[in-house]
Amino acid sequence: MSASALSGKTPRGAAGRRGLALGLYVAAALAAIAAVLVIPLSAYSLNLLMQAATYAIAVLGLTIVLGYTGQINLAQAAFFGLGAYSVALGTTAFALPFWIALAIGVLIAAGAGAVLGLTSLRLGGHYLAMVTISFQTILTLVLTNWVAFTRGPDGVPNIRRPVLLAESGPYLGLCIAALFAVAWFVWRLKTTKLGRAMQAVRDNELAANVVGVDAYATKVAAFTLSALLGGFGGALFAGGFAYVSPDQFSFAESVVFLTMVLLGGAAAPPGAVLGTGLLILLPEWLRFLKVIYLAVYGGAVILIMVFMPDGIWGYAMTLWHKLRPERPFDPGFIAPLALTRETAREDGSVILSVHGLSKHFGGLKAVDEIDLTICRNTVHALIGPNGSGKTTLLNALNGIVRPTGGIIKLEGVDVTRLPPHRRAGLGLGRTFQNIRLFGAMSVLDNVMVGAEQPHPLPTLPRERGRVNRNTLPRLRGRVGKGAGGLERHALAALDFVGIAARAGARVGSLSYGHQRLVEIARALAGRPKLLFLDEPGAGLNHVEKDELVRLLKRLKGHGLTIFIIDHDMAMVEQVADHITVLNFGKRIADGTPSEVLRHPEVIVAYLGEERPALSRSHGAS
Amino acid sequence: MGFNLQLLFTGIGVGSIYALVALGFALIYRATNVVNFAQGDFAMLGAFAMVVLAIDLELPYWLSILITLVLLVGFGALFNLGVYYPLRNRSFLPVIISTIGASILLENGVLAAYGPRPQSLDSLFAVPGFSIGDVFFDSQYIVILVVTIVMVALQYVFFERTLIGKKMQATSQDKEMASLLGIPVMLTIMITFMYSAMLGGLAGILVAPVLFVTVGMGSSIALKAFAASIIGGFGDVTGAIVGGLALGVIETFGAAYVSVPYKDAFAFLVLFGFLLVRPQGIFGERISEKA
Repeated sequence: MSASALSGKTPRGAAGRRGLALGLYVAAALAAIAAVLVIPLSAYSLNLLMQAATYAIAVLGLTIVLGYTGQINLAQAAFFGLGAYSVALGTTAFALPFWIALAIGVLIAAGAGAVLGLTSLRLGGHYLAMVTISFQTILTLVLTNWVAFTRGPDGVPNIRRPVLLAESGPYLGLCIAALFAVAWFVWRLKTTKLGRAMQAVRDNELAANVVGVDAYATKVAAFTLSALLGGFGGALFAGGFAYVSPDQFSFAESVVFLTMVLLGGAAAPPGAVLGTGLLILLPEWLRFLKVIYLAVYGGAVILIMVFMPDGIWGYAMTLWHKLRPERPFDPGFIAPLALTRETAREDGSVILSVHGLSKHFGGLKAVDEIDLTICRNTVHALIGPNGSGKTTLLNALNGIVRPTGGIIKLEGVDVTRLPPHRRAGLGLGRTFQNIRLFGAMSVLDNVMVGAEQPHPLPTLPRERGRVNRNTLPRLRGRVGKGAGGLERHALAALDFVGIAARAGARVGSLSYGHQRLVEIARALAGRPKLLFLDEPGAGLNHVEKDELVRLLKRLKGHGLTIFIIDHDMAMVEQVADHITVLNFGKRIADGTPSEVLRHPEVIVAYLGEERPALSRSHGAS
Repeated sequence: MGFNLQLLFTGIGVGSIYALVALGFALIYRATNVVNFAQGDFAMLGAFAMVVLAIDLELPYWLSILITLVLLVGFGALFNLGVYYPLRNRSFLPVIISTIGASILLENGVLAAYGPRPQSLDSLFAVPGFSIGDVFFDSQYIVILVVTIVMVALQYVFFERTLIGKKMQATSQDKEMASLLGIPVMLTIMITFMYSAMLGGLAGILVAPVLFVTVGMGSSIALKAFAASIIGGFGDVTGAIVGGLALGVIETFGAAYVSVPYKDAFAFLVLFGFLLVRPQGIFGERISEKA
């Protein structure tokens, strides 16, 4: 299957090529099924292929959770086991039809995955590693010790297959069909809203939240899908081998699953299939190693991590991209973008009001009882010496840190307790002081994540705690025709900041100045009402700064309200309609640029005290 | 009453083993922000080294202990060079996976060299223990408890009162800044691995007489120790101790009153409970990413 045909990004002709790719893919699947039906295979080969196909389905689950979402799962064998035991006990002890048992197995695995994800994904990282290992250990204990139900260490024999597929050949055909279908699903998932959200969370969770992705829900969805595929693979496995026992689903097997996806490459489905195939055949080839086989295996894991971090498929893709340099992206005609949900009006009405906002870190009052009013369609600058609390204030305004006290109202609605992604949905956009882009995604995909967010939801502070259906990442949503619209919208945002031609590039390959522009485009794509810019001029040369000033003025001309932090007074004076000055977490001045920059306390804060007699030793910093 | 006191003593004894291994976790985590999934295998290596030295080579017990500790210090350095150092600039995920690979390599390497038969090691003391009333105090458990307390005290003094300890803390919090301040970051991390391997080896030496010496002994202890560190508060020394002791006691009582086969599940159920209610652990603080 051709990678370029499947990931074709140009809007024109993409649908046709996608159709052709799907046609070829289905033909390949049918050919594979026909091959196993026609070619007489030994029982041994059948078993090996059956194992490879069912394992690969479970490993594709890891592609989703580890490759797309960047979360570890050390319990895939447990989910595999849940599926397998459901079919095993379902078709024997409960005399259920195969398909019913399979469905139950898939549901149980997915349910277990959801519960596990809901409890541990807020923490992530090594907590998740630990929780999955714990779950794996507990499940093995239960399978071994609950003899009355699971038959204990002896395992479950005589598992039945579906009526029409009782022979090994046709059953293998079923497994292969399932594998092709799952691989297609996982491949397509990458270009859906949920798939892009997953990759955004993987690359930069904080930024994902801020552009409107509910990172937690996305991770739970990824984990649940992964567990579901684990259960599905396990259910098919049980039918294939007609016998299961607890040791087939131990922690060691979870590590095998993990190694498979890492060896092949976690970033795309072909890697998962490749890794699974290799590691199932490898034991056959490495028989001569006998007792040290597993030790070699452990050593191989370390070597893969060190020398081939993206796996075989990832390595091949890197080579491929080296051979084919980036072509300039031809977006065709780009319609101008409706940049904001607002229209230009300078009526002086208030868009954001902050009252008594405080953020304390232990005894340190980083933000101390701040009052702030931002008026519609103005550029409002926040200045102050280093460490005066500017970024902390911004973090509190868009929900990254929870304030110690105070109220934040966006258009009169209290948003103080809303998470960042909900605030993004209400029209707060933001960029970061140290650029936070989704490094492994293309420029276009970065901006598409920003564009994807739903239109202003009615604020329902009462709903806090409940899951809002509208903010849950959806699989359907704007795929297909809608995705085209989304793409055009993202391109328009890139065009506005002047870098549409680089849309196809990997974001990491861009210059620092261009990366800043991508970040601004990503925020604009969400059609914000109010845009927070945290030191957008930092690290830019004076030509780039002049361009930035022009960009800010154009944005204002479109009716956007901008709240900007910067140290460059010349720039602030040029763009700002209103300035607020912070020092030691307190607001020390507020007004028009000419008023504020002449304010004695501001001069003291920036330049230090002239007369020692009055010294309050604030010092210049 | 006597029965419960006996359980309490045994639980604290088992718990102090968890605490000792959890200390090693906390150390490496504080220096590198990485969880070492092969920490338990340091203990396994220590125990096997003792079997080889004290039983197979019939060296004196104290000399075997000394050689074992030296070997593990060296092994810690090797481990750092082979497993952590090449991945030092990558995210935590490749490092975790690499330490899991190391764990498989070590366990199966020892298995290939020594076979699956469990070995046993005698206690350092001729006296098995003493009784007060109904409660029997096993001398090995008392040794474990005492050594744990001593190591904790040392570690506290080390981190809070010595320059190298402070350097290690600085390294963990911000590698770049630490290196700008002239702290030899890589050397500091190297020392951390060497010390924590030694600590793991010490745990192995201490538990070898209580448990059978098997290739899997380390990872099962380490999982509990890891659970203990989360319960106590990750990276927190006091938390590691309290969490370890609590787990040991819970597990012992659970096995006595609820179910023996599910003994190993209690630790994890407690862990789930903590993650739901108080994920930062007893002594931990919530840490959020800097924007």
